[in-house]
Amino acid sequence: MAKYVTQRILLMLMTLLIITCICFVLIRMLPPAELPLNDPHTQVIEARREAAGYNKPYMVQFGIFLKNVFTKWDWGVSDKLYFGQDVVKLFATKLPATVCVNLYSILLSIPLGVALGIWAALKKNTWLDYTISTLTMVVISVPSFVFAFLIQYFLSYKLGWFPFLMKEGTDYFSWNMFVSMLPAVFSLSFGVVASFTRTTRAELTEVLTSEFMLLARTKGLTKAQATVRHALKNCMVVVLPAIFGEFIGIMSGSLVIEKIFAIPGVGGLYLNAINGRDYPIFIMVSCFYTAVSLLAGIVIDISYGFIDPRIRMGSKK
Amino acid sequence: MSVQKMQNHIEYEHIPAEKFAFVQLDANIHDSRLETKSRGYFADAFLRFKKNKSSLIAACILIALILFAIVSPLISPYTINDKDTVYTKSPPFIASIADKGWGIFDGGSIYNSQNDLAYSYWKGIAAETGMDPVLRIVDTTTTYVKYRGQDKASNTYTLDINRYYATGIVYRVFKYSEFEKLMDWQNETGIQVIYPYVEPKDIYDISDNPNIWYQVSDGKGTPVLDENGDFIPAYSTNTAIEAVPYESLRIEGDDGSYIYSIKKSGALQCRICYYNYYIYLNGHEPMYIFGTNSLGQDLFGAIGIGARFSIIFAILVSAINLTIGAIYGSIQGYYGGKVDLIMDRIADILSGMPFIVCTTLFQLHLAQKVGVVTAFLFAFVLTGWIGMSALTRKQFYRFKGQEFVLAARTLGASDRRLMFKHIFPNSLGTIITSCALIIPSVIFSETQLTYLGIINLQEFAGTSIGTLMSQGQVAMTSAPHGMFFPSIFLSLLLICFNLFGNGLRDAFNPSTRGVDD
Repeated sequence: MAKYVTQRILLMLMTLLIITCICFVLIRMLPPAELPLNDPHTQVIEARREAAGYNKPYMVQFGIFLKNVFTKWDWGVSDKLYFGQDVVKLFATKLPATVCVNLYSILLSIPLGVALGIWAALKKNTWLDYTISTLTMVVISVPSFVFAFLIQYFLSYKLGWFPFLMKEGTDYFSWNMFVSMLPAVFSLSFGVVASFTRTTRAELTEVLTSEFMLLARTKGLTKAQATVRHALKNCMVVVLPAIFGEFIGIMSGSLVIEKIFAIPGVGGLYLNAINGRDYPIFIMVSCFYTAVSLLAGIVIDISYGFIDPRIRMGSKK
Repeated sequence: MSVQKMQNHIEYEHIPAEKFAFVQLDANIHDSRLETKSRGYFADAFLRFKKNKSSLIAACILIALILFAIVSPLISPYTINDKDTVYTKSPPFIASIADKGWGIFDGGSIYNSQNDLAYSYWKGIAAETGMDPVLRIVDTTTTYVKYRGQDKASNTYTLDINRYYATGIVYRVFKYSEFEKLMDWQNETGIQVIYPYVEPKDIYDISDNPNIWYQVSDGKGTPVLDENGDFIPAYSTNTAIEAVPYESLRIEGDDGSYIYSIKKSGALQCRICYYNYYIYLNGHEPMYIFGTNSLGQDLFGAIGIGARFSIIFAILVSAINLTIGAIYGSIQGYYGGKVDLIMDRIADILSGMPFIVCTTLFQLHLAQKVGVVTAFLFAFVLTGWIGMSALTRKQFYRFKGQEFVLAARTLGASDRRLMFKHIFPNSLGTIITSCALIIPSVIFSETQLTYLGIINLQEFAGTSIGTLMSQGQVAMTSAPHGMFFPSIFLSLLLICFNLFGNGLRDAFNPSTRGVDD
């Protein structure tokens, strides 16, 4: 197990390194942003660029970049959008909003999704199951910005329950801030609820028809006891890793939702960096996204082994 | 012993032909040919598919949506480049249906808290152009205010206003030749476009509101009414400022003294009724089945054009990914071992790259060289085939150890023949069905990226559904239809594609029926 985990982590780091290298080289191949002439930061940035090895071979530049990242945690300074600001500090100011919104969203949606899934599975092949399954199908197919539109139009505009956009400021835990986050939270939740409903339902219906459930009933457990003690436990083998993955994923957030509700988060920063061609920010956030998605994958894989001792990780098929 | 065997061997080797005899030449064969028609794999799958009602309905809607995408730009009297500058963000309107007063396609949108002044303004437009913008009065609230010791009633209305008629009169500057043409057109068709000029000095210097043609009592435009409650015209008769003599239709009540245009730096300015001017320009009345967006494009045609691109692009992407993935997965699955391991690593690295990063890099590097769409296609292809190859690989692992493969190998079939003639067809069903599920996911990502503005397809395709939706989002409160129609179309398209794909998958491998992923 330990060996497998180490192996996976090392592989992940290698993948991350290769992707970072590809991104980095591709970005450095583009002409760097023009610097304004009469700005005090210009000289500083030029000096930093000299130190970062612009005009040297790309692999040397990548070496310097890695050295800076590992020794000083220095990802460079923004040279266009947030002129002269340190990318890491900039990023750190954006992260809380994203994490906050996404955290609320999954705290709301995972219990709801799992509960709906269980409900549908227990009432399999009744109108309730059909309704839930159809709704799940519909919600999964429809993009989140359609939900965002519906919520913004009906709840914010017609009924006036919520503000249109997220409140400005950094008081992430105040009541007003919470209320202003809710439209975004709801829009994000639809997809998550649906996907958890689907996974839970599929898994639980399969478990409920398996033979050990019959055995559990034969040895005298009531239906409720058998379901809670045996079926749910087995169903969680699949659902729990997905929950872990979701928790890792809260950091990356959703570009679309952040744009619509003006959430000052990582997604917005990334979009601005793309549209404004701010390459240092772009590289940093790209690496971050890659790392988050790789990490989520690895956590999901490994947690299978920890949750279910029957699954031997890394054994040959 | 060994000699004996040898002799037997020789005996068997050279048996003369006459020693052979038929065993059962006249014996009856009791097997009879199968009477029923045999049913192939695809026919069987189709039969199962037909039983699945929801997928069947989805398939029908899907066909309808695709037909819509093909036909709607042809039906629409507008092209994607027709951008009306005045009728922007306007609700659905078809003149012939609007006249019937059914409350649909009448270009109506609800205006809240309209006071008496605003109401008389709409009435003014109705009285001058003959087209009443007020479709109906939804609600009236009367409040009384003490004014100089007397109760003064003031009304607040909620009105359903026809946005096309509400434009009323606008100022336009014309060259002299254009003005002549417009006058000729008026004489030909009998439609009044040019209305008499009103000098701002006669109406309390209101110069920014061409719809005020009546005498007013203040700068806000409060009308002065005669004893019948009608507006009193304030048209100018000052021939000194007239640009050209007017030789065309005159409005009712004109004794020939009104002027219709004034000089304006080498050209002339006049008041025109925009609705009729629109007919002059386009040759027909406005017909916006889904309304217009914030650029003044016809949404009906624009959705079709965006959808055409999305669907064709998605089919292209899935065809390419299918081919690459199938070949890659076949090689991986067939050879296994080290080859599999190395190829798996490569796929792993590629799949670790977030799609948005990949798209952006392609856009930055290739968009200028090979075009936006090609760069976009590359981005989809770079990571899109991985799922397909994993699927093919799994199928190969399943089939490559089976007897029919061994038999073919014994007969001397080459690797390539084994892969593509013997094993691959077995996994075809799975692959085709997953293709039906790739298409909606491609449309999904494409719409999302155009919505975010990372990809801009306007130059290539004219527009795209994502672009339409992001334009609609901006004007969401004033023109919800701009977001509503593209959303409905996209949602239906994606839902139907997914339902259809699921139905196909269930039909092709019945063992996975009911498992949703």
